[in-house]
Amino acid sequence: MTVATPPEIQSAVPRLQPSGWIRYFSFSVDHKVIGLQYLVCGFAFYLVGGALAGAIRTELASPVSDFMARDVYNQVLTLHGTVMIFLWIVPVVNGAFGNYLIPFYVGARDMAFPRLNAVAFWLIPPAGLMLISSYFLTGAAQSGWTAYPPLSITTPAAGQVIWILSVLLLGGSSIFGGINFIATILKLRRPGLKLMQLPMYCWAMLGTSILVVLSTPVLAGTLVLLSFDIVAHTGFFNPGLGGNVVVYQHLFWFYSHPAVYIMVLPAFGLVSEILPVHARKPLFGYVTMVYSIMAIVGLGLIVWAHHMFTSGTPPWMRLFFTIATAFIAVPTGIKFFNWLATIWGGRINLNSAMLFSCGFIVNFVLGGITGVALAQVPFDIHVHDTYFVVAHFHYIVFGGSVFVVFASVYHWYPKFTGRMLHEGLGRLHCALTFIGFNLCFGPQHWLGLNGMPRRVAEYDPQFTLINQISSVGALLMAVSTLPFLWNVVQSAISGPLAGDNPWNALTPEWLTTSPPPVENWVGEAPLVEEPYGYGVPIDQLDLAATSGRDLWSSGK
Amino acid sequence: MQIPSAIVTLILGMVLVLGGLWIGQTINLLPVGASANAPIYDELFQVLFTIGAILFIGIVGLLVFSLIRFRRRNDQLGDGIAIEGNLPLEIFWTAVPAVVILFVGLYSYDIYDRMGGMVPLGHEGMAHHAMADNGDERIWGGLSSKAVDGEAMPLPVEVTAMQFAFLFHYPEGDITAGELHVPANRPVTLRMEAKDVIHAFWVPEFRIKQDVIPGQPTQLSFTATRPGSYPIVCAELCGPYHGGMRSTVVVDEPEVWEAWFSSNAKSDDSTTT
Repeated sequence: MTVATPPEIQSAVPRLQPSGWIRYFSFSVDHKVIGLQYLVCGFAFYLVGGALAGAIRTELASPVSDFMARDVYNQVLTLHGTVMIFLWIVPVVNGAFGNYLIPFYVGARDMAFPRLNAVAFWLIPPAGLMLISSYFLTGAAQSGWTAYPPLSITTPAAGQVIWILSVLLLGGSSIFGGINFIATILKLRRPGLKLMQLPMYCWAMLGTSILVVLSTPVLAGTLVLLSFDIVAHTGFFNPGLGGNVVVYQHLFWFYSHPAVYIMVLPAFGLVSEILPVHARKPLFGYVTMVYSIMAIVGLGLIVWAHHMFTSGTPPWMRLFFTIATAFIAVPTGIKFFNWLATIWGGRINLNSAMLFSCGFIVNFVLGGITGVALAQVPFDIHVHDTYFVVAHFHYIVFGGSVFVVFASVYHWYPKFTGRMLHEGLGRLHCALTFIGFNLCFGPQHWLGLNGMPRRVAEYDPQFTLINQISSVGALLMAVSTLPFLWNVVQSAISGPLAGDNPWNALTPEWLTTSPPPVENWVGEAPLVEEPYGYGVPIDQLDLAATSGRDLWSSGK
Repeated sequence: MQIPSAIVTLILGMVLVLGGLWIGQTINLLPVGASANAPIYDELFQVLFTIGAILFIGIVGLLVFSLIRFRRRNDQLGDGIAIEGNLPLEIFWTAVPAVVILFVGLYSYDIYDRMGGMVPLGHEGMAHHAMADNGDERIWGGLSSKAVDGEAMPLPVEVTAMQFAFLFHYPEGDITAGELHVPANRPVTLRMEAKDVIHAFWVPEFRIKQDVIPGQPTQLSFTATRPGSYPIVCAELCGPYHGGMRSTVVVDEPEVWEAWFSSNAKSDDSTTT
């Protein structure tokens, strides 16, 4: 090392990480960069999954199998499910917003394990590309995202093995992320910040990460055994060799039911952040919200067999899982009533973030009601594995999680980029998505009740009209993406400047510049003890300036 | 004069409940019912649909009302009112759903019991027919016919599912058929097993479904009540032609079925030859 360094190099801050746009394609350890990497990468896969959904709805526009070959159809539905779950919703509601927001919320400069965080993200693109390329190279898996044996053992092996490998990679990514979130939330809080002062999204991510860490390894183990059955001809799940196919279902759903909560709990957390800001009121019932998240986590682990009511399950088991499942409606209901109470009496700004959040409430309530119905064994025996179930879970994961993802993009875009999105385009996006979604999935309840099973390329001609209506809804949903894409790209270049805190919000991510600097704050992190301290206390209401209606709604 | 909000709430609640009951009574989303299970199922569906309609309309109504009533007007700059919670309210909306859930759970248990779901499987019909060696075989899941009180002996049928067809075998007459023929108003017990992958036996008009699992025999009992032809649908993804794996169940009047049965039965017990 030379001692005499030129003065201009001396003055430059040494950068170990790339800066500028290139950092989004690098192994950056900045949690904000990683969060946006998750978000954009997830959205790219969403477009792929959406194209696959378009192929499915095109095939189903007519009752005969005429758009693609039957085995291709099964590949497409398998890829659609896998891409949407493992490459879009799970990475985005956990990885994207979790990484971006959690360090802010706990008052940290980064996640607990920044390098593990980058590893977790960089497992996703190769896994996703491998999964999608399997369609072109060997033919993709065609046994559905559930990969039930013996079907998954008897369909072409190459596609199934690639499917298993990529799901293992994505599960690994998810576990790394979960460990990181737990460590960050519990151990990296700013001194003085108590657990019960954290924004609700932290609690949602803590609960979600507990589920991830407890249940994802079970899926990984199961899929490894399944791959042994395929490659090495072992007999874990092969009835011809003494295996048991129902055991696979138990193990699979032990992960895959909690996976539903891994997809919706973070969404619950995000909505809890968005509603108070735009309704200008504190989050109603903070403590019960926290307890209900933890109750959902606990109950979510003991309900898996409700996916198997028509499988080889004894009567007592069917009964136990009915009651456990239905009871999840209680903590979930608490959350919804609390959100309604949050906006009651507020000064609601009806912007895109708010409208998407309300769309989420409407859709999720319907999905929750059909969920309680499906939990009842006698009800489920008729509609299990039909389009009723397809409608139900799309109301949960699309009507629920995806609506919240869009609400969150509208809410945090000013923070991500420093620029505002176009409000009119946002509302157009919201209206098109809401109408298209309900047109697509609402009628599917009827299809299932009346005899159309899921995962079919051909169906009874009496269902043609309703399927065509559903396909029109899918087309509307595809169209609804266009104003969003235009808005996001155009606003990033020439949207109006947002300033640091355009929503006048109190949570810590708004108490820094937009976009925030590396390590989040210049100087010490702020101590936010009341993240939801909005609103005017009742006794301080200026009586001269308020109407009688305000007083009435305040209950005074 | 301002009407007190308690009275407004009470009236709205009553309208909501009555509206939900009306919706549950008048809107029928289900196909025609053709088995003894169907009316029991439809009763449960009506209760769930009524409760669901009340909840959905109530919550969405409250949401839409809030959005309109509490929207920010242009001249409003301040915040809403700082209400951070309300314990009695929280207790109320924890307790009420819990009670409703408990009621629905108990009610659906009763329905399931009436459909034959809670009777131990595999101790009927099949046991004393045809396969003495298989009499004690474990049945892994399904519906029993014990609850459907039968003075009539259940008709045993063996169902074999394979890619991509159902095969029906009547051990009593040694008939093998591609369509299921059953008499009306007599219990039928299907003993089902798959040859290759998992399938599911579903008759929408009977409101019953049971997976057909390789290596694990399952059982499904029903009593058809309405003569006619109904589709049998495979409801578990079983391969490329899954959507085409369908068959028909023909419900006949007992004497018509008797004629069909005796004209097809193999005459091994020398009654016809």
